[in-house]
Amino acid sequence: MAVYILRRLAYAVLILLGVSFITYLLLYLIPADPARQLAGRSATPETVANIRAQLGLDLPFYQQYFRYLWDLLQGDLGRSYIQRTEVSALIGSRLVASSELLVWGIGFELLIGISLGVLAALKRNTAVDRALMTLSFVGVSSPHFIASMLFLYLFAVNLDWFPLGGYGTVHHILLPALTLGLLGSGWYSRMVRSSMIEVLQQDFIRTARSKGLTRARVIFRHVLPNAIIPVIPMVAIDIGIFIGGLVVVESVFGWPGLGQLAWQAIQRVDIPVIVGVTMISAVFIVFANLLADLLVPLVDPRINLDKT
Amino acid sequence: MSGFDLIKRLFRHKSVAFSLIVILVVVAAALMASWIAPYDPNKQFYDGLTMEGAPLPPNSRFLLGTDLLGRDLLSRLIYGAQTSLIIGIAANGIAILIGTLVGVTAGFVRGWVGNLLMRLTDLMMAFPALLLAIALAAILEPSLWIVALVIAMVNWVQVARVIYSETIAIASREFIAVERTLGASTLRILFSHLLPHLLPTIMVWATLGISTTVLLEATLSFLGVGVQPPTPSWGNIIFESQTYFTSAFWLVLFPGVLIVLLSLSFNLVGDALRDELDPSLKGRD
Repeated sequence: MAVYILRRLAYAVLILLGVSFITYLLLYLIPADPARQLAGRSATPETVANIRAQLGLDLPFYQQYFRYLWDLLQGDLGRSYIQRTEVSALIGSRLVASSELLVWGIGFELLIGISLGVLAALKRNTAVDRALMTLSFVGVSSPHFIASMLFLYLFAVNLDWFPLGGYGTVHHILLPALTLGLLGSGWYSRMVRSSMIEVLQQDFIRTARSKGLTRARVIFRHVLPNAIIPVIPMVAIDIGIFIGGLVVVESVFGWPGLGQLAWQAIQRVDIPVIVGVTMISAVFIVFANLLADLLVPLVDPRINLDKT
Repeated sequence: MSGFDLIKRLFRHKSVAFSLIVILVVVAAALMASWIAPYDPNKQFYDGLTMEGAPLPPNSRFLLGTDLLGRDLLSRLIYGAQTSLIIGIAANGIAILIGTLVGVTAGFVRGWVGNLLMRLTDLMMAFPALLLAIALAAILEPSLWIVALVIAMVNWVQVARVIYSETIAIASREFIAVERTLGASTLRILFSHLLPHLLPTIMVWATLGISTTVLLEATLSFLGVGVQPPTPSWGNIIFESQTYFTSAFWLVLFPGVLIVLLSLSFNLVGDALRDELDPSLKGRD
């Protein structure tokens, strides 16, 4: 186990290094000159040259990269072209709001996905099953911006059940979180359905049934716990897609998180901020996958780490 | 199974038949846009706005209403179908090409080359596709082809991973070993044995991938880093009119429904193709 954990950790560090290299390429190999961008339109050539030296843009490629990496390790993500502040400070001020929406959204996604998946598996090959599976495709085929605008129009403008976006109370978080959850739940319900069906066919379930256990007990005590194991690595894989949805949902609902920050940065072509948010998300995804890799062997005793 | 049989089998499911019809209609509209569109998509009509300068709701002259500049929405949607399909086919074609190349190389050559390629896909998976695409599009200053390229650059990863595991599974089967002992060259094994067996997987992903591509293009255009106006795209029509969506809902509703329908159709057809073509799924549902 210790060897496995160490190997996963080392690999995560390697991937993070790769992430830093790609973000570096995005930041410094762009057609626009970062020094000129930071200096602003009216800057003299001397100012631009000063900033250029300050940023180390006159150094050879590999030295620039090490400089960038060193700054990153100290939490320095560069400066915004427009807001003239540290990107790390901008990101830091938005982290809490995004984390809230992330947790609520994934909660809804799992709740909706798992329950619909279980329902479809139990009603296998009936009209209910077919309707649910087609609906799951509608969910994954809908872009977040359309669903967000539709829900905002229906539930906030017309029915007045929810506020028109904004941040603060539980009331504010419900609609954006439900939007994220509903759209993302499709893959989960499909996976839980097929995994439920697979478990239902196994011998130990037949044994449990023939012992005279009630149907509900068999399903909730024996089938479901086994069927939802693949959900854990899937959440980790899905987080990348989920964060993409977060960017859009936050910008439509006016949620003051990282997604909205990225969206505002897009409108002003503020590349350091866009790349900073991308970088933070990637770090987050790497850790989520690491966590999933470490969790799965704990919940699934069939996986023998000595053999991997 | 011949191509005709396959299509006949696909049409047996009502939802898939419906999807195929949606795809056909959109393709036909895109191909014949200049004949069937009632007006020039970029023409601004003086009578296309109310006296107060607001867009017109659907009426007998402008069947789906007009947009903020008094242009005919129906014509813009028909030309927008071209944009969606060009990007869908180009971006997804490049993604499938890169993905297959990387996947087959990694799975067939193995060793350090294969390892390096697959670690590269791990690295790409660490980035949220949308954010990476936004960053690339913002840096490269989007045009139709840049948007297609950006989407391809984030979408090949999934394909490469699927093709990789498929290649390994096929390459380890007995008939490949037999071919090798019989003295077949690597190229022969690659082209006359491996690729034909990969074709069903490639077809499935080529279909499913268009759905992802259509969604990504629409989202990028909605965020303002996709296809740039005045070239109409379903995403940028919504981008241009989003602030009016409570008063002029048709400007969001019609393109929105089209995006969902087209993406849903490619997903349903891709899923049905997988059921028909993937031998490992036979006997299951």
